[in-house]
Amino acid sequence: MKPGSKLKSAVCDTEVMVIRAAEGSLECGGAAMVDDKADASGELNPDFAEGTQMGKRYVDADGTVELLCVKAGKGSLSMNGTALTTKEAKSLPSSD
Amino acid sequence: MNISLLLQMAADAGPDRIGLVCDGRRWTYGELWRAAQGAADRLVEMGCAHVALLDESSEAAPIALFGAALAGIPYVPLNYRLANEDLGSLLQRVAPACVVGDVDRARALDPDSGHQFFTRKDFVADAEAAADSASGEEREGEGIAAQIFTSGTTAAPKAALLRHSNLLGYILGTVEFCSADEADAQLVCVPPYHIAGISALMSSIYAMRRIVVLPAFDPDEWLRLVTTEKVTNAFLVPTMLGRIVERLDAGVEADLDSLGAIAYGGGRMPTELIARALEMFPVTDFTNAYGLTETSSTVALLGPDDHRLAQFSDDPAVKARMGSVGRPLPTVEVEIRDEEGHVLPAGERGEIYVRGEQVSGEYRERSALTADGWFPTRDAGWLDEEGYLFLAGRADDVIVRGGENISPGEIEDVLMEHPAIAEAAAVGVPSTEWGEAVGIAVVYRPGETPLDDNTLRELIRERLRSSRVPEQIRVLDAMPYNEMGKLLRREIRSLFQD
Repeated sequence: MKPGSKLKSAVCDTEVMVIRAAEGSLECGGAAMVDDKADASGELNPDFAEGTQMGKRYVDADGTVELLCVKAGKGSLSMNGTALTTKEAKSLPSSD
Repeated sequence: MNISLLLQMAADAGPDRIGLVCDGRRWTYGELWRAAQGAADRLVEMGCAHVALLDESSEAAPIALFGAALAGIPYVPLNYRLANEDLGSLLQRVAPACVVGDVDRARALDPDSGHQFFTRKDFVADAEAAADSASGEEREGEGIAAQIFTSGTTAAPKAALLRHSNLLGYILGTVEFCSADEADAQLVCVPPYHIAGISALMSSIYAMRRIVVLPAFDPDEWLRLVTTEKVTNAFLVPTMLGRIVERLDAGVEADLDSLGAIAYGGGRMPTELIARALEMFPVTDFTNAYGLTETSSTVALLGPDDHRLAQFSDDPAVKARMGSVGRPLPTVEVEIRDEEGHVLPAGERGEIYVRGEQVSGEYRERSALTADGWFPTRDAGWLDEEGYLFLAGRADDVIVRGGENISPGEIEDVLMEHPAIAEAAAVGVPSTEWGEAVGIAVVYRPGETPLDDNTLRELIRERLRSSRVPEQIRVLDAMPYNEMGKLLRREIRSLFQD
């Protein structure tokens, strides 16, 4: 995992781009995320099936890891088994 | 990281949604993304080091920007208003490039550097033709998304580098994906070689706000497009806003009901003009944005609520904020430092330093960042108690009179409060006694009687210390500005050299 790398869910359509990287295992739908969909196997774990939203950023409690969801899916994201939450950004007026 | 992600996500979420309107053609996000992928493969085949755009705004700008990103080479929009000699030397600095736009001029200026030349039409047609068999590959290259030559108002243009990580940091930190309503439209009228031209493309595409391109600014055409395209958002430099207000005052008809938000920046906004604009557009949200090329656009902004508070408040500190550039973005740190680099408290003038992911501060030749990542902007300014940032000119514009630092802004503010004076500029002029002293240039309002020199000096003496009283005075018909509304102080200084 490094900033800019893209990871795919092994069990749903979710894809993320790593914004801030940290040591550990990234999972989606309860299964470890993969670089290549061909490596995918397994089924969606119902405990991690809240779904992901395209364009949302996901962080852990300490903000050490940050992911951007670039494709939505049925699974939800976790790191070492702990669910990641969406990062609420303060909405800004458009300045461009 | 690659900024092509922004267009890819828009194309995934709404392939058939209209993303850009230019010269009567409506491009969907899907079409733009396909063309960018086609352009990328063509650029890789050509083996060029840069993509140089020498053209007004059009669909070719985003296709070149995102195509270059996918190809892993920098996108270099060039200022077509430069004199031949200056433009020729910039072309040499980006060789070998794929040059898009004014091919006749580019070829004449730099025929032997190995460039490949394409008209806008050919470049776009080639990109679309290559799209069907495009590899879809994303190349990393040096990680530089854009190279922008600074305007060089003080010295030779510097090649500012903006990395994918800087531009993505800015967009992801400030824009919510797909946050625009499908009816929303952003009128883009700044030239593509300006950082605001690049950030407008990226912000609008990521928000999925339809881009309406005005290839070259003209106030009547701007008003026509707002009316016919039901434009909701626009960015203007103060001179453009001034010309729009003039045309409306002259009775030009336009339907501005759709216009929900206007952002402005790129130069000093005259207080009177913004006050007039707020009256003229009572339901439009105004946002003042402050940023530099080297910071990937906006680092601080004064939002719509701040404008309204300042407009209607009786509190002098709140009222004064109309002249500020607002507060730093949540993702950007701002400090004011003195010449030794010490951080100054609120209220004290010094040089503005910024830090954040979007801050590049990097030039082709060197990085200007401090060891701990701060970028010295060379802009002078101060923060008020609430963290609002006020600009006070370029640090290089400071007048040093007998060892005392004088900011031109304080003198200009006093002069411009006089009803007869339309514009004023203070610059350092050679002085045998002080090394440098204050010189002022004044433009009077039409029909007003010019003040005599002693009255002008008295105006300053009543309000400021005697060191601020001008030694020399010039009356001008108009101030020299560049096309982005930046005051050309070196031209004013040259008036005092004889």
